[in-house]
Amino acid sequence: MGSFRGFIVKEFHHIFRDYRTLVILFGMPVIQLILFGYAIRNEVSDIQVGFLDPVRDELTMDLKTRIDASSYFISKGDYDTLDDIERAFQDGTIREAVVFEPDFSHKLRHDGSASLSVIADGTNPNIANTMNAYTLVIVRDFQRDLLADDTPAPAERGIVIDSRMRFNPELKSIFLFVPGLIALILMLVSALMTSITITREKELGTMEILLVSPLKPIQIIVGKVLPYFLLSFINVSTILVLARLVFHIPIRGSVLLLLAECLLFILCALSLGILISAKSKTQQTATMISLSGLLLPTIILSGFIFPIDSMPKILQVISHIVPAKWFLIIIRGIMLKGVGFEYFWKETLILAFMTAVLMTASIRSFKIRLD
Amino acid sequence: MAAKDSSTERVVIDVRDLTRRFGDFTAVDSISFSVKRGEILGFLGANGAGKTTAIRMLTGLLEPSSGDATVAGFDVYRQREAIKKNIGYMSQKFSLYEDLTVFENIRFYGGVYGLTRATIKSKSDELLERLGLQHARDHRISGLPLGWRQKLAFSVALLHEPEIVFLDEPTGGVDPVTRRQFWDLIYETAANGVTVFATTHYMDEAEYCDRVSIMVDGRIEAYGTPNALKNQFEVSSMDDVFIRLARSTSQSS
Amino acid sequence: MNSVIMDNIARSYGDVRALDGISVQINGGELFGFIGPDGAGKTTLFRILTSLLLPDSGSATVDGLDVVDDYRKLRRAIGYMPGRFSLYQDLTVEENLQFFASVFGTTVDANYELIRSVFQYLEPFRHRRAGQLSGGMKQKLALSCALIHRPSVLFLDEPTTGVDAVSRKEFWEMLEELKAEGITIVVSTPYMDEASLCDRVALIQDGRLLTVDTPTRIEKSFPKPILSVRSARKYELIKALRAYPFSSSVYAFGESAHYTDSRSSVDAVELQSYLRDQGFTDVTVAQVDPGIEDVFMALMT
Repeated sequence: MGSFRGFIVKEFHHIFRDYRTLVILFGMPVIQLILFGYAIRNEVSDIQVGFLDPVRDELTMDLKTRIDASSYFISKGDYDTLDDIERAFQDGTIREAVVFEPDFSHKLRHDGSASLSVIADGTNPNIANTMNAYTLVIVRDFQRDLLADDTPAPAERGIVIDSRMRFNPELKSIFLFVPGLIALILMLVSALMTSITITREKELGTMEILLVSPLKPIQIIVGKVLPYFLLSFINVSTILVLARLVFHIPIRGSVLLLLAECLLFILCALSLGILISAKSKTQQTATMISLSGLLLPTIILSGFIFPIDSMPKILQVISHIVPAKWFLIIIRGIMLKGVGFEYFWKETLILAFMTAVLMTASIRSFKIRLD
Repeated sequence: MAAKDSSTERVVIDVRDLTRRFGDFTAVDSISFSVKRGEILGFLGANGAGKTTAIRMLTGLLEPSSGDATVAGFDVYRQREAIKKNIGYMSQKFSLYEDLTVFENIRFYGGVYGLTRATIKSKSDELLERLGLQHARDHRISGLPLGWRQKLAFSVALLHEPEIVFLDEPTGGVDPVTRRQFWDLIYETAANGVTVFATTHYMDEAEYCDRVSIMVDGRIEAYGTPNALKNQFEVSSMDDVFIRLARSTSQSS
Repeated sequence: MNSVIMDNIARSYGDVRALDGISVQINGGELFGFIGPDGAGKTTLFRILTSLLLPDSGSATVDGLDVVDDYRKLRRAIGYMPGRFSLYQDLTVEENLQFFASVFGTTVDANYELIRSVFQYLEPFRHRRAGQLSGGMKQKLALSCALIHRPSVLFLDEPTTGVDAVSRKEFWEMLEELKAEGITIVVSTPYMDEASLCDRVALIQDGRLLTVDTPTRIEKSFPKPILSVRSARKYELIKALRAYPFSSSVYAFGESAHYTDSRSSVDAVELQSYLRDQGFTDVTVAQVDPGIEDVFMALMT
């Protein structure tokens, strides 16, 4: 086992001495995340808000006035139907709508609870979140004042707020961006770096010596892959922690499951990296193949930036072979929807199958001789 | 004698106390020598001895820190462009574009030196005939044997009739017969009045030169005909001259 | 005992025949040289012998191990130094050595005695990165790395190309010491003058062997006397020699020209007077012993 350990030690030497690459690998995702996160973090004020208020009594008027009176919102008045609201959203007249249920005041007074829908324009998710939060505060104030006036009420009393996003019910940009970024980083570190590190040895001629040594191909492969496996994992963890702490991106589902799926995707990307390195003679070729064959599809065909549904049919078909596409469905499911394994076992299976095929192909194509 | 004129004693490279420093490091330390018309100078030295820096100054690529030098009559400080026009250069490692044909290479280099289309045409015909390569005119360089490539590269470097041609390790690694054929070509060129400035770290290549300069640590530590140097150091080969020199100077550093 | 046996090895790359029926037997403990120019097939042959390439036809064994079937055992038994000094440029001298030791399941300490004479030169640079070493130092480090597992056969592909004369000399001295340790050394080189440093050599050109023998016997095999002719006007001299009616071959040879005559015996005085008549007043003619290079050229043509 000494020879294998020696190999790993050497790989880490390579990685840590090439500090420029290291800085890029670890710095880039952090910088991207922060830039992206802050670039779309605008302060919120004077948001045009519309109301759908079938009740129109003193109680609802009071709430509407409170909203209008805050510096964050400007009332655009009442609308009669949901369709009107929809139109107002579409032509940009309003960016938030508050919808009262038909017997809002009655239910609130008699049952002690009533529901209210807050619909925010989700195009810019950060703003949408902020709008939501501000609305919530105003409604809570309103409710507290209301209860203070009245006799003590039953515990279950209160206004139930149903927050919704328009255009972007799952929250685009940053929330969607983070899973995409994870996929991209994993591809970059795992596939690109692995393919380069193996071809570099070919170019330097050291591969000749490695092949002539007692090291088995599997040891060379695993020795090359393991350090990047670790690095990728650290990278993912950093992004997740950063996303959680700085941008409050939810991980609604199981963290363990999320990490497990990430590991699967890393394995998939590493296998791709070895396959590329086995097929290319120079670092330059490996880089070109990785960039055009992996990074571009990961960015364009995975649903990271462009929704797959709105792509031409042919691209939709091609997107099936892009591992990142399946990975994105999985981690968006875990992070944003909070759904469990039963919702994406199929995608996981596809990814596992791809990994198995790629791994077999790459180990087979790793030559024990020069050619 | 095929020489163009009889002024064979004319000095074409004249170097006086030429020095180049990089920060605290003196790469070339006050070297002086002169090369006559039609002479073949072997410019030797280990890697890092200052050879490359010296040649860059002489070919107008690098400005000296101090000292004087003229190349083909032009000053290395003020007339660097003129120097470039009057020298040819050939390296064993890179000289011709492998993916271009023989003629395309000739046309390219002719164009670089501002030769007219008609001149390039007539020169290339003449060149190919002299080398017996007419049949290979439209073949890619990559398909040619190494020996042919070298002769072709050398001839291309002479296309614009430079006064001096710089050769970088011209015959390292080629078979002995091809190597002789190449030296025949070099001798012929020199006999026609072109000065040949060959750099190499193959000492046996040096034996073929009229005169040899050996640089060690930025200085020219030996200068003379191969025979004179061998006598001076009381050895039988240039290899041993070099070894003697290296041993005697390594004590000081 | 034969250590390396090659039997009619051939190998092509597409249309190019890199090796064409190579058969050589190298004795155990021998310092054997393959001598030939770039493109002669030396590297291809070394790669086949180290199991890195498969021959198209023919077979070879190293220490009784077949280069194709027993490649795994073979790789443990041999040391190989590829043409370019294949080192990890970003690792230090020590780290390179440790790495190659660990790959072969051994340690630097265990075999230090073997590499001591080589490594002593590198001792001051222990912690320097390999990329910052001079050519001669890289060469010595590469040799140390190839030796660190105490191989029984050492394959060195052009170990002296691109290094200065001093390092070359030191390197051959080290090979002599390793030979004394009983290691079989197979080396390739484009330098004809290194032939005399080998026990036996094979001259190789265009994938074919020209001859295999001891350097002395090869030199003796040259069939004709050689005259070394000198004059300051080398170009004209060579032309005049070639124009001489009895000339068989005329080659520039350093400062002189080597001349052989088409007749069975040669008359130096006669040649000298011919040259004087041609206007060479400073000419000297002397008979010299043939060298490997003379034989090589004679066998090529």
